[in-house]
Amino acid sequence: MTVAENTTENNVRSALQEGAVVPETSRGERFTGYDVEAFEVPSGREENWRFTPLKRLRGLHKGGDAAVATGKVTLSVDAAPEVTVETVSREDERLGKAGAPGDRVSAQAYSSFTEATVVSVGADTKASKPTVLTVTGPGKDLLAYGHLQIRLAPYAEASVVLDHRGSGTYADNVEFITGEGARLTVISVQDWEDDAVHVSEHHVSLGKDSLVKHTVVTLGGDLVRVSPTARFAAPGGDVELLGLYFADAGQHQEHRLFVDHAQPHCKSHVTYKGALQGDDARSVWIGDVLIRAAAEGTDTFELNRNLVLTEGARADSVPNLEIETGEIEGAGHASATGRFDDEQLFYLQSRGIDEPTARRLVVRGFFFEILARIDVPELRERLEAAIEDELQAVGH
Amino acid sequence: MATLEIKDLHASVTTDEGTKEILKGVNLTVRSGEVHAIMGPNGSGKSTLSYAIAGHPKYEVTSGEVLLDGENVLEMSVDERARAGLFLAMQYPVEVPGVSMSNFLRTAATAVRGEAPKLRHWVKEVRDEMAKLDIPAEFAERSVNEGFSGGEKKRHEILQLALLKPKFAVLDETDSGLDVDALRVVSQAVNDFTASNDVGVMLITHYTRILKHIQPDVVHVFAEGRVVESGGKELADELEEQGYVKYVGKAEPAAL
Ligand SMILES: Nc1ncnc2c1ncn2[C@@H]1O[C@H](COP(=O)(O)OP(=O)(O)OP(=O)(O)O)[C@@H](O)[C@H]1O
Ligand SMILES: [Mg+2]
Repeated sequence: MTVAENTTENNVRSALQEGAVVPETSRGERFTGYDVEAFEVPSGREENWRFTPLKRLRGLHKGGDAAVATGKVTLSVDAAPEVTVETVSREDERLGKAGAPGDRVSAQAYSSFTEATVVSVGADTKASKPTVLTVTGPGKDLLAYGHLQIRLAPYAEASVVLDHRGSGTYADNVEFITGEGARLTVISVQDWEDDAVHVSEHHVSLGKDSLVKHTVVTLGGDLVRVSPTARFAAPGGDVELLGLYFADAGQHQEHRLFVDHAQPHCKSHVTYKGALQGDDARSVWIGDVLIRAAAEGTDTFELNRNLVLTEGARADSVPNLEIETGEIEGAGHASATGRFDDEQLFYLQSRGIDEPTARRLVVRGFFFEILARIDVPELRERLEAAIEDELQAVGH
Repeated sequence: MATLEIKDLHASVTTDEGTKEILKGVNLTVRSGEVHAIMGPNGSGKSTLSYAIAGHPKYEVTSGEVLLDGENVLEMSVDERARAGLFLAMQYPVEVPGVSMSNFLRTAATAVRGEAPKLRHWVKEVRDEMAKLDIPAEFAERSVNEGFSGGEKKRHEILQLALLKPKFAVLDETDSGLDVDALRVVSQAVNDFTASNDVGVMLITHYTRILKHIQPDVVHVFAEGRVVESGGKELADELEEQGYVKYVGKAEPAAL
């Protein structure tokens, strides 16, 4: 995307530069809570909701009768032998420790789930294969809530895939808690049927010197809104947040990230890439990074790139970096939304490669950076194939 | 024996300020086995000529013809032209992030040859050609042109020439950005290619430098969007001495 690059929207706020304390609208001040009734019903004007077509949430945000569960998701688990999987009641004391819901729908999910799944890996244990949790939606016109927690004890190492499929409406919270020195790889795939609505908040809590690689892949669904939040419980954590999305005609895909640096010497690296095609294909990417005064030695970078393949599609991209200390290693962001680069197409075609193949090469190349970092081969192949299918779909 | 004929070619580009004619009636015929040097000052339209031949969407051909063995090239899409046997080594090769050089080369060779080359032969063929151009093997796994130096890009253009084996090749300022050693290596690769293939070459250059390594059969002076004079090697010598002053009305050297 060398030629048609432009930044759509772009806020960099630095409390230091302004010589002020944290601005009133600091991301860190936003209300969080476990009880749905503590949140106002959104009107759509809130910063948190202004990009989301509330009408398509099927009442999830309003509460009352519309938000009462009418179905259940099916969870099937293919776990590594070293991993423990439990079904627990909502009273389980471990739950909710990674962070409180940050919006009304997540709080609704937190207030509504009846049982949760806890996946844990013991100290100094390395899982010998990825643990795959397949979540199948409740079915068309049905609503379900869920809660899932993945916890790694100190120096545990595991890789977890969350695979969302099927139909219906689903709201959930997913917690990731890593102990000291633990290494967690997570890939959450939203490969829903066309009717599905999925609102999900991911709460990542990193222990001392632990490492989390969190990848979100959104392909299907009518409306998918995933909000990953990463917090550091102790110094030395390193979180990589990766994302890949492909929005087709009519789809709304929203990813809202928040990295809260409140501990010294932590790293965060965000890379989200999306492609859009077809009428009213819509993507929203929000990247909030807050470096609090205590977070000396922070190193952070966030990047979002969108490739708009056809007319009628729209991508919004809002990076937002707040810095409250000057003692950092680095902080940066980049955001660009561009059309297909004609120069790249020309170059490939001038070597005899026909246009559809050239387009496929460019899009595949665009996503390569993310796909290459998905280290579960079967999943990577499936996603590559899914991207090919998306490209075939509009007859490119 | 193939012939590339360019007849009274006019091309323009549309900018914010309106339409600007760049090619103003180019006439040129190249036959296989011949090397034609096309020499002209900055901005005279040399790259535009090469883009118009290759079919770049930005340049609109308003009149004239480009015929490859009598076939109207201008009616072909960009990729059809390449498959018909035209090749353009670009002045500014394009970066394609995330597409490996090896994948790109194989996809291109498959398209141009009409079938996927046998893997075993292909690997050797690519390795040999890369070696000729002093391109380290690890470039095969890098993204197309991404982060390549100017000289590395030019070597890879010639690598593509050698692998795609066109009937006609336009080399647009292949010499620029090459140091002495690289110029020798790249020129040698071009000479090897012309010696062992029945190919016609349009060697576009501003300077006489590359002509010390690649012998042209014909030299054309290109100025203000057309060929203004043609001759033999002696024309290049004259340009080397006198520059383009005679053609553009101001001093512009043709030698470094
Ligand atoms: N896309 C474009 N938009 C506007 N003007 C253009 C465009 N392409 C070429 N031109 C103009 O057309 C003229 C010819 O450009 P061209 O690149 O063909 O020249 P050139 O002979 O290759 O020059 P150089 O020796 O610098 O490579 C120049 O004045 C250039 O500015
Ligand atoms: Mg040029």
